[in-house]
Amino acid sequence: MAASDVTSLKQLVLGRQDVQDLSDTETELAPELMTINMGPSHPAMHGTVRIVLTVDGEKIVKGDVQPGYLHRCFEKESEHATYTQVFPYTDRLNYVSPMINNCGWAMAVEKLMDLTARIPKRAEYIRVIVSEMSRMTDHLTCIGASAMELGAFTAFLYFLKAREWLYGLLEKVSGARLTHSYVRVGGVSKDLPDNFDAELTHTLDEIVKVMVEVEDLLNNNRIFRDRMAGIGAMTKAQALASGCVGPIARACGVDYDVRKDYPYSIYPEVEFDVPVGTTGDCYDRYLVRIEELKQSIHILRQCLKQIPDGPVVVDDHRVALPPKRDTYNTIESMIRHFKHIVDGIRVPAGEAYSFVEGGNGELGFYVVADGTGRPYKAYVRSPSFVHLSTAEDLIRGHFIADVVPIFGMINMIGGECDK
Amino acid sequence: MSQKVLDALQGKHGPALELVESQHGDEIAWIKRDHLVTVATWLRDDPAMLFDAPVFVTCIDRLDWRPLGAPASTHWSDASGKPRFEIAYQLRSHTHRHRLRLKIAVPEHDARCPSLAMVWPAFNWQERETFDMYGIRFESHPDLRRIYMYEEFVGYPLRKDYPKEKRQPLVRRDDLPVSTPRFGTKPEGGHR
Repeated sequence: MAASDVTSLKQLVLGRQDVQDLSDTETELAPELMTINMGPSHPAMHGTVRIVLTVDGEKIVKGDVQPGYLHRCFEKESEHATYTQVFPYTDRLNYVSPMINNCGWAMAVEKLMDLTARIPKRAEYIRVIVSEMSRMTDHLTCIGASAMELGAFTAFLYFLKAREWLYGLLEKVSGARLTHSYVRVGGVSKDLPDNFDAELTHTLDEIVKVMVEVEDLLNNNRIFRDRMAGIGAMTKAQALASGCVGPIARACGVDYDVRKDYPYSIYPEVEFDVPVGTTGDCYDRYLVRIEELKQSIHILRQCLKQIPDGPVVVDDHRVALPPKRDTYNTIESMIRHFKHIVDGIRVPAGEAYSFVEGGNGELGFYVVADGTGRPYKAYVRSPSFVHLSTAEDLIRGHFIADVVPIFGMINMIGGECDK
Repeated sequence: MSQKVLDALQGKHGPALELVESQHGDEIAWIKRDHLVTVATWLRDDPAMLFDAPVFVTCIDRLDWRPLGAPASTHWSDASGKPRFEIAYQLRSHTHRHRLRLKIAVPEHDARCPSLAMVWPAFNWQERETFDMYGIRFESHPDLRRIYMYEEFVGYPLRKDYPKEKRQPLVRRDDLPVSTPRFGTKPEGGHR
């Protein structure tokens, strides 16, 4: 192709008379809005959500958020499972903090059975310990992943290393690294392993060191702050009306924490603060999560000091499985075991809504029982779903690049959002 | 716990109420369908109520509801005067720390309910979810589309008459070319 042909081709493409003359660029650019698909196969969308963006240049005019790519019919499956068989499904709701989901489900069933006051003290303490460890894994993942998406790969590696220590400990407790299924109606499935106390104390000390390093890397990092501060801000009224809870609402100044406002389990016996932000932007959400990590460490240390000895499950074989030794040796326990596994726990007819403070805020289970061993209806109030519904308002008016930190700090967990 | 909310509701909106009850510490108020938006707006704006934080909305399908011990004749259908669906709206007041569940009975042949998405924006997506899963049409909802399922999906998966095993793949497998293994292509030494 000759040189003159290239020139004419350029003129044709750009619609200009002179290739060198760029003065008409502004007027020649079409003022039309453009539609861009972001996700579901996009690294920042975590593979589970699609946003159809309408953009004016780089500015977002409208974003249609479409969840549902990870819908696994949690509610339909739960209606066909016994109350105990639902625990593995709850593991897969918020798969970054499964222990809290386990506790939430157990507490909902206990509320229906009026069993809440009879849970042994040690079981309550163990539940709080594993819940707080799960809250830490949740926040570590959220902050680490968001930092990585903004280019801070070191922070991601440090936090995931810390998360792995906690996963290792939870594996020792429950036998599984990720899908624990550890909590049971009436208590927990087994006691803490030997030497858990010392190992957790050591791990917490190490995590404190990692957090100092990561805070040094991120808190006053120019790039990090520029990408986070003032991005995706929400007012207090907006947060309340759109149902936001947890760190997102607290970053806006809503001092709502289920552990304080509707205290459950042994949270009244431990001392901790609820961090509250002021501006409600992504940077405040980050700071609130960092502070909650510190508060969780504080709670864990107190729990390790205060945890009493005793049984870890309620002594009522209509609710809890009899000990294995009895199952093999006495006919009554054998029958109980069989009925428990095949028919499930008999929960009296009624309905209850029970909620706990999950990694992302109020995680609730609304259960309707019909007196049989299987729930008639099991609804999960997943904070991620509610938070994701605000994403459209948060990203409007921002740049496409700002979708990444906003979405990262909403911390949508696909399993929980899509049920 | 929040009995005073139910009392106030009865005093102010007595004719709009069908029933109030309390279960396991949860307060429930059954509202007549046509009065829902009025009652909800009052609950949100009245300084003594101030339900400023919505929690969830869902639906209960009573088609198979036969609680243990109840006589077999208690069948839930339009004919027996017991509507098949119940919509439950859970509300919370951030200021006063009280909670309330509103319930609306919805018959099967007329499965619609006034939308509260304009009163509390949080219900926008949750009503879409309820529509998607149970087929309840929320009237004057700004954007009533399916949310989890795809547009082409037929039926409402969480209704009790939708079989659990039913599959509706978006890509129809029978349209794909069938590749039947040809006779005699079994690899050598497959069975020893």
